[in-house]
Order: sequence, then C-alpha cells, then structure tokens
Amino acid sequence: MIELDDIHKAFNQGRPNEYWALSGINLKVAARQVTALSGPSGSGKTTLLTLLGCLARPTRGRVRLRDEDVSGLPERFLTEIRRRTFGFVFQQFNLVRGLSALDNVMLPAYPLGLPYGQLREKAENQLAGLDLGHRRDARVEWLSGGEQQRVAIARALINDPEVIIADEPTANLDTALSLQFLDILSRLIDEGRTVVLTSHDPLVVESSVVDRVVRLRDGRLVDNAD
Amino acid sequence: MRLWIAKQRYLIDFTLASLARRKTKNIGLVLVFALLVFALASVTLLTSALRQEAARVLADSPEVLLQRMVAGRHDLIPPGYIERIGRIRGVQQVEGRLWGYYYDAVVKANYTFQVSRENPPPPGRIVVGPGLARFRGVQTGNVLSFRSYSGKLFTFTVDAVLPAESELVSADLVLLNEADFRAFFDYPAGHFTDIALSVANPQEVRTVATKLAAALPDSRPILREEVLRTYQSIFDWREGIALALLSAAILAFAILAWDKASGLSAEEKREIGILKAIGWETGDVIRMKLWESMLVALAAFLIGYLAAYVHVFHFSAALFAPVLKGWAVLYPSFTLLPAIDGLQIATLLFFTVFPYAVAVLVPIWRAAITDPDAVMRG
Repeated sequence: MIELDDIHKAFNQGRPNEYWALSGINLKVAARQVTALSGPSGSGKTTLLTLLGCLARPTRGRVRLRDEDVSGLPERFLTEIRRRTFGFVFQQFNLVRGLSALDNVMLPAYPLGLPYGQLREKAENQLAGLDLGHRRDARVEWLSGGEQQRVAIARALINDPEVIIADEPTANLDTALSLQFLDILSRLIDEGRTVVLTSHDPLVVESSVVDRVVRLRDGRLVDNAD
Repeated sequence: MRLWIAKQRYLIDFTLASLARRKTKNIGLVLVFALLVFALASVTLLTSALRQEAARVLADSPEVLLQRMVAGRHDLIPPGYIERIGRIRGVQQVEGRLWGYYYDAVVKANYTFQVSRENPPPPGRIVVGPGLARFRGVQTGNVLSFRSYSGKLFTFTVDAVLPAESELVSADLVLLNEADFRAFFDYPAGHFTDIALSVANPQEVRTVATKLAAALPDSRPILREEVLRTYQSIFDWREGIALALLSAAILAFAILAWDKASGLSAEEKREIGILKAIGWETGDVIRMKLWESMLVALAAFLIGYLAAYVHVFHFSAALFAPVLKGWAVLYPSFTLLPAIDGLQIATLLFFTVFPYAVAVLVPIWRAAITDPDAVMRG
C-alpha cells in the first residue's frame, strides 16, 4: 500500500540547529492491516507518520503510494491525495472549536463541493455509526474526551479514505475509552481500510487488533521485519 | 460551474460560522471600520451635494454679470451704461441690479439687501430669508427695524418669508423695492450695483464678454461658468481640509488593520493548520479568509455609508456642516437633495475595503503556506 525507500528527514537543514529526525527508513505498510509505530518520545514516530500520510515530504528517499512515487509531488497534488486517500485523527483531536460535531465532520468535504443534503446525510451516518447521533448539534468543546475522539474519527472517515492515520489516539483516553477505540479500529479493518498509528500505550501496541508493530529509536527502525 | 458555486457556498458558510465564533472582535472591527467610512462618506456626500446645489442655484443666474471697477475695486454703475450695453449684438436682456450688505448689530450678522424686480414688495414691506426670520424670530406681518448707515431708523413690515428650499442662497436675504432700497442706503439715483446680462446663444457668451470689455474698459464681465468654477474649488478646498483632518482617523484605522492583519491569533493559525491537514488547499484557505475580510469590509462599508447618507441628507450633516458649508453667522439650515455619485462610491470603496483586504491577506497567506504537518506537532 505505502512503501518507504531509504527515507531521511531533516529539520532546519543547513542551519546550525539542523536536526535529522529520520535516517534510512525502509518500510512497507500492508493494506487492510493495523500498523503501529512505537518508540520513545523523540524517536521519530510522528515524523514518520506525517510522511506516510503525505502531510510532509522527505528530505531524501522515496515514498510510494500504490506503487506511485509521491515524494516529489508539489503541495497542491499532495493535498488532493491527502483528501482522497487519507483520514487523520490527531493526538489533540484538532477539532474546530465553536462548531458543532456535525459541522466538524463535514469540514474535510467542503472543498469537494458535494450537494449539501448528501454531505449532511453522510456526516450524520458517520456520527450515528460511532454512537454520536444524539450529540451531532453539540459544540465540540462541550463533548467529553471520548466523544471528541469519535467526532475526530467520523471526520477522518467523511471522504471515505482508504487509509486512516492516527497520532497517539489513546493518549488522552482512559482504559475503557481506549478499549472502545480498539473496537472501532477492528471495525475499520473489517470495512477494508488500512490503519497506521503511533502509540506508546501498551494497551494498543499489545492488542490483537494491531497486526504489526514497527519500533523506532533515534530516527531509525529497531526491528524491521520487512 | 455548479461545483464551483457549491464550493464557494461551503466556504461562505464556514466563513459566517467563523465570524460568529469571534463575535466581539469582529463586531468591534466592523464598528471602527464603519465609523471611518461614515466620516469619509459624510464629507464627500455633503460636499458633492453642496456643489450640485450651488450648480442648481446658479443655473438660474444670469450668464454674464458686469461690474464697474475703480482702482481695482467694485464701484457703482453710473447712468448711461445700460443703454450702451443694449447696443451690443447678442445681448438678449440687460438689467441693472441693486444690492448691498447690511450688518445687523442685534444678531451680529450680515444681511444681503436686494431689490426684487419681478415681484417687488409694496413700499415699506420686505421679504426675508428663512435664516434671518429664524434668527430675528419674525414671521409674516411682523415689523423689523434697521438703522441705516446714515443713522436713520427704517421700519419695515415682513411681507413674506422665503421658502426653506432656497435657503442655501437666501438665508440672509432681504428683498425690497427700488425706492426703499435707494432711500435706505442713500443710493444715488440712476446708479446700480452691477448689471446682469442674458445672452441668447450660450456659445456666444465669451464673445459678448470680450465685446463688453472693449466697449466698457472700466468694467469687468463675470461669467456664470467662472462663478460656478469658483464655488466648485471652494468646496473642493474645504473638502480637502476636512479630509486632511480625517487623515488622522485613516491612520488610526490603518494601524488597527495592520494590527489585526499581523496579529493572526494563535487560534486562527491553529484552525488554518487543521484545515490544511484535513485536505483543504492553500487556495481554499485563502479564499475562505478573503470572503471573511470582504464580508467584514463590505458590511462595515454599507453601515458606514448608509449612516453617512442619513447624517447628510436627513440631519443636514450636523457634525461637519460648520466646516463645510461656510463661515456666515446665519448658518443656512436646509435639507440637501440626495445625490449619489458612482465614482465617489468606487473611490471610497477602493480606499477603505481594498487596503483592508490586502492587509488581512498577507499574514493569512503566510499562515496558509506553512506545512500541514505543523498541526501534528501541536
């Protein structure tokens, strides 16, 4: 599904504070599986996730999505790929405050210009599927942490993406809510989606839902099975 | 095309929601912006209405006025001049006019005394302008006394008060008949203040003026179009003064706009990051913010302009009238005829909405081109 070939990523390149977050990463992410990136803080998990989700471009190396090299594409094309292929669930959920749950879910689809009725119905279905139908008109800041995360998941699914990218999805959840999240994950896989997430939560990393754990340390893979 | 429209509708929808979320800030901004537009539009609306009013009034005045000059100063027209002018080809009508100024120590104001040729009031009676009537508190049938420059006291009965519509030019006017005028001012018989000429063919006005200057070398012909031009430049000058004073307000607004522009709040930056990360293009974000600033600017412009319109045409520009109308003691009180100039609106729009939109756009562009992965890093 996604293939990384000798990926290097530097920040502040050419400046005194130059920092290499990733070095020589080779990785294949299989379709219809949950892949977890694990490692201590500063190991490069999130940076790797941004490269896999086409949120950033590598400094060196190639990123292939369905055998197509996307690492050199300009931002405009990457946006289009992001919109069609990926759904994002951020650690802080990154919902837009002041808007209702429903409006937040519809937001990624606005640039597509779908008919309003159709889009609304789609968003309502996503929320209902995550047991949030009754909270659709509530402003997101009034929702609990678990509810906010489910809104973020519904938002990630609105454009029907193949791949879900989740950054530390259980970092702000208690055990019960984390288990509920793992249930949702298995449902996503059943629907035929691919999930890539970062986590250092043992509950997630050791869960049977996760097909593969990729460990990182100091910007390098620790045990690359592929 | 339908897709494009649907997209813009979503963007506007989101923009309106954004504006509503930052209510206090945006209402404050609209109010300050509207106040600026109000001040600028009041000045331009008032001066252009005054210019038009002056042009309308002067449309009825004679094409050429002839004044006699002695040592470069305006002097009386001696007997015989009118007959000499009558012989110049092209002149349709010649009329000797009698008018003068009178200082009324009671209200410390100057009046214009003028002989009315068309409907001269009966002896001992006068017709007064609405400003004078208001100041002296008189109405038809009341008696007014003036002490003439020779020291004699004259008492007149007010025959009528002129209608308020003509107040711009008649506020301080006193109309009386020729005999009363000559007696009041001790005006020598056969002399006139100046001569009004009407010319049959408007193309010939300048030719007639040249002939007049040749025939009566001690006289000065004044053309209506010259008077009109003088009025226009007086109002232009006053408008300029008022606008110069208002430039302080413009500067304050520029600072505000710059502050708003450069100080994109952390919340707004975060939102832009989220939108980019979830699949909005840089162009979508900029378009959305453009809609936002256009809505703010246009709402403010509309409110400011409407308020200025009401201020100028319904409240006689109470705030700016003293500067812009004139320096007479008897301020004319009149309702201007509404006049709106498309070019004027466009100019005002250009100098308010455009700079604001640009000032707002620069930092948004800067925020919108940042990498979408920034949002991952909190």
